Amino acid sequence: MKSWSPYKNHRLFVGTVFGVFVGLTLLIAVQPAAQIQANNAPLPTAEALTAEQQAGLRVFIGEGCVACHTQQVRNIDMDKAWGGRPGIPADYAWRQRLDVWRATPSTLGSERTGPDLTEVGERQPSDLWHLLHLYQPRSVVAASIMPAFPWLFEDSVAGTPAGLALNIPAAWRARGSQATIVPTRRAQQLVAYLMSLKQAELPTGSEPAFLALSPPKAEPAAALGTPGVALLPDGAALYTTHCQACHQANGEGLKGAFPPLKGSPVVNDKDATLMVNIILQGYNPRPEYGVMLPFADKLTDAEIAAIVSHERSAWGNTGAPVTADFVKQLRALVQPVAAL
Amino acid sequence: MMKNLPFGTAGRAGLLLGLLLLAGRPGVLLAQSATPAEGPMLTQPAVLGMLALLLVIVIGAAIVLVSRVASLVRGSQPPSTENEAGRFDETVTNLSPAQLTTIVARQQAQDFGLQGAELGSNNPARDPQGLVQHVEMDVHSPWLHEKRHVARLDNLDPQLVRLVSWYLLCAAFWLVLGTTVGWYAGVKFVSPDVDHVAALSFGRLRPVHTNMVFWGWTSLAMLGLGYFVVARTNNTPLFSIKWGWWTLGLINASVVLGTGCLMAGINNGGGEYREYIWPVTLLFAVGVILALANYYQTVARRTTEEFYISNWYILGATIWAIVLTVVAYLPWYQNGMGETIIQGYYMHMGVGMWFMTFTLGLMYYFLPMSLNKPIYSYSLGVLAFWTQLLFYSLIGTHHYIFSPLPWWLQTIAIVFSVGMIIPVLAGTINFLMTFKGGRKRVGDSYSLPFMLLGTLFYFVGSFQGSLQALRYTNLVWHFTDFNVAHSHITMYGIVSFMLWGCIYTLGPRLQGREPRQALVGVHFWFALVGLLGYSMSLMIGGTLKGMSWMAGEPFMNSVVLMAPYWLWRAIGGTFMLLAHFVFFYNLVEMLRPRKTASAPLATTPEPRPYEILESV
Repeated sequence: MKSWSPYKNHRLFVGTVFGVFVGLTLLIAVQPAAQIQANNAPLPTAEALTAEQQAGLRVFIGEGCVACHTQQVRNIDMDKAWGGRPGIPADYAWRQRLDVWRATPSTLGSERTGPDLTEVGERQPSDLWHLLHLYQPRSVVAASIMPAFPWLFEDSVAGTPAGLALNIPAAWRARGSQATIVPTRRAQQLVAYLMSLKQAELPTGSEPAFLALSPPKAEPAAALGTPGVALLPDGAALYTTHCQACHQANGEGLKGAFPPLKGSPVVNDKDATLMVNIILQGYNPRPEYGVMLPFADKLTDAEIAAIVSHERSAWGNTGAPVTADFVKQLRALVQPVAAL
Repeated sequence: MMKNLPFGTAGRAGLLLGLLLLAGRPGVLLAQSATPAEGPMLTQPAVLGMLALLLVIVIGAAIVLVSRVASLVRGSQPPSTENEAGRFDETVTNLSPAQLTTIVARQQAQDFGLQGAELGSNNPARDPQGLVQHVEMDVHSPWLHEKRHVARLDNLDPQLVRLVSWYLLCAAFWLVLGTTVGWYAGVKFVSPDVDHVAALSFGRLRPVHTNMVFWGWTSLAMLGLGYFVVARTNNTPLFSIKWGWWTLGLINASVVLGTGCLMAGINNGGGEYREYIWPVTLLFAVGVILALANYYQTVARRTTEEFYISNWYILGATIWAIVLTVVAYLPWYQNGMGETIIQGYYMHMGVGMWFMTFTLGLMYYFLPMSLNKPIYSYSLGVLAFWTQLLFYSLIGTHHYIFSPLPWWLQTIAIVFSVGMIIPVLAGTINFLMTFKGGRKRVGDSYSLPFMLLGTLFYFVGSFQGSLQALRYTNLVWHFTDFNVAHSHITMYGIVSFMLWGCIYTLGPRLQGREPRQALVGVHFWFALVGLLGYSMSLMIGGTLKGMSWMAGEPFMNSVVLMAPYWLWRAIGGTFMLLAHFVFFYNLVEMLRPRKTASAPLATTPEPRPYEILESV
């Protein structure tokens, strides 16, 4: 007679541990996953990846970028730095198997050793910056520990569009090398993918809220400042977050890529109108430098005022600080133009 | 009572802290409102719990160290004899003649000894050893404490010995190579421009490291030891030695090909631990299926009525690993966020249902073997096994707290993560109570310290995992290097330490060759100190990183502030790596086949480690 003790009847034992585990697996993983897949559609406002960007995603996966970069704006306060709203499943709806050999890319990530990339296309829309950064991250972000990817670049060969040649700072060139470094196809695809990363706007306009996890901070005591003038946020910290990647910590920019702010006539001008204007609307009249993106939608009046005041007083610059009101007036002037 | 506990204070402190946490701070379990509590970090129950856990390890290591140093100091000082000599003098001078006669007679009786020739002749003995295997006159060397020696097991199937030996050697090879890769990847945090070779870039090397130590080192070591345990506990030969070789070949091939693919930039999709593309993982899966069939058929042919508890863990883990791999690689439900649910499920279950479960099964065999006494409680083992299955299976999503995955899925994961305290406590208590009374045994063994530390890490690392799943702790620690520390405390502190304990228990019993004890000590201390340096620095750095993010500082601050902690991580990692080279050497020493298969009596005994040490 067969025993009904699972410790004496190995068939019963194996059947039980197999059955229970498969049952739990269906319940906790397969069924929810299948359900999500069945309700899977991208937002109507989201743009599908082009073939070029798809190819870039393959490079992104193959080089293991997901080991250090998340693409996940969590619904908590601290993740506001990475996107305008918390991520929703529809943001990831385009993800599917890469090909018969490779599975769905695991882009949410588990480590944030480098910045989150959910909106890197929005935050950093200059392809020139991305290429330089890929060729040698420390040439644009001195403290970066990201690997350099020189194998995504090559010496210039006939037929490569000259416009893609990199202006590499001398410190990062092989000694005595006069070679013109140009990106390979794979580098261009990777950059195309990175620049495609933006959060799609929700059609309803009502954004899912971030969880309020900490009580709103008390306003700094107004009595400390001059009466009537609100205290500005920390301009130096904002500069680090929004400007430093191109203009550098020392304000000197990068020759042939990003213009210096140190000693710049625009920054030191008694009248800050042009400077604030450039920040609000962006700037691209000088072919020798990369594109400056507009910040009107990204920063508040007070934040812009803080950054401008910081830049006008740092690195030996001598411009006077500006107020949030000043930025507000200019914004009112440029807004109708932008709407056109 | 206290004296009976092995390293009693450490184990007891751990248990007490755990119970205090549960009893005195129910907040740990109940603090799951929709929004985590507010207030400074140090008032958060989960953070306090984490600190208490770290104290367990620090105190445990400190106690071991202090007791070692104390015994060193004690051993090198001659006992104080002044008073005793005085008392002795006094007693002797005051003896009565009658007492003196008695003492002299007693002395003569004690001094009486056979000359050795009374029963035989003066011919040389044919058996130079007799019943005594090993005589050591100076047992308290001030520098090296002589550990117990282990004899070879009788009636071993030489084919099985060869199979197990090759599993262990391959595993150790992958450990050395895999951790060299990991060490090099860690160096890149300190010196990112150390090379510019595509195949050696960080993004490619990281999965090379994790997969190599998972499938190469840990899996092969577990499977190899598993063959021994299953055959031995079921009192029957292994069903098929040949299948065993096939499994070994398939898994080795999988690791070689997978490593090659990853270094060439062919990655399945970046999901952790399933970076090998499916044709490569298929080799691994077939290997594990063959191993399962082998185990199952051996259990089916057992000559005992019940099959021992180790077999449940080994069969269970093998079955679950196969289910996991199949579910992780089937494509039909992995579009969009479906992929993420499966990723959470797979990466957590891989660790818990495969490595952890299998290793616990091995512990249930090798710990009693090493202590020479049965496991404390079979019933606790039963409880731990079934709760492991029920709770662990449900907690994968705790890697995606605050993600766009359904909130109910996240909550279930958190609840059952806390529930994991039950199997973890059951296992810890079971092992510690088995250790109980064996304090001297632990001090006299070179394998038991690994198992003891593995048990402590089992409690600390698993409890830490439960706390990390809570929502508040996710705010601080998710995405930071804290997780890297946690995964090393578990995969290294628990699994690898336990496996080393098992290997040092079995190794000398296979061929009768022991490793040099001093080198086993080097392995143990380098691995322990290295791991502590590695994980402590990343936990501190990870906490500061998380706090920097919460304070809304520019992201680059969190990169810059990590620099010293990454350096310390690399230093700790160096110690770990050195330990592995020593381990590999020790393993080869143990497993080299004996030159002659003749009866041990006729051969000159191998020089013992202490003899080698003395001759140096």
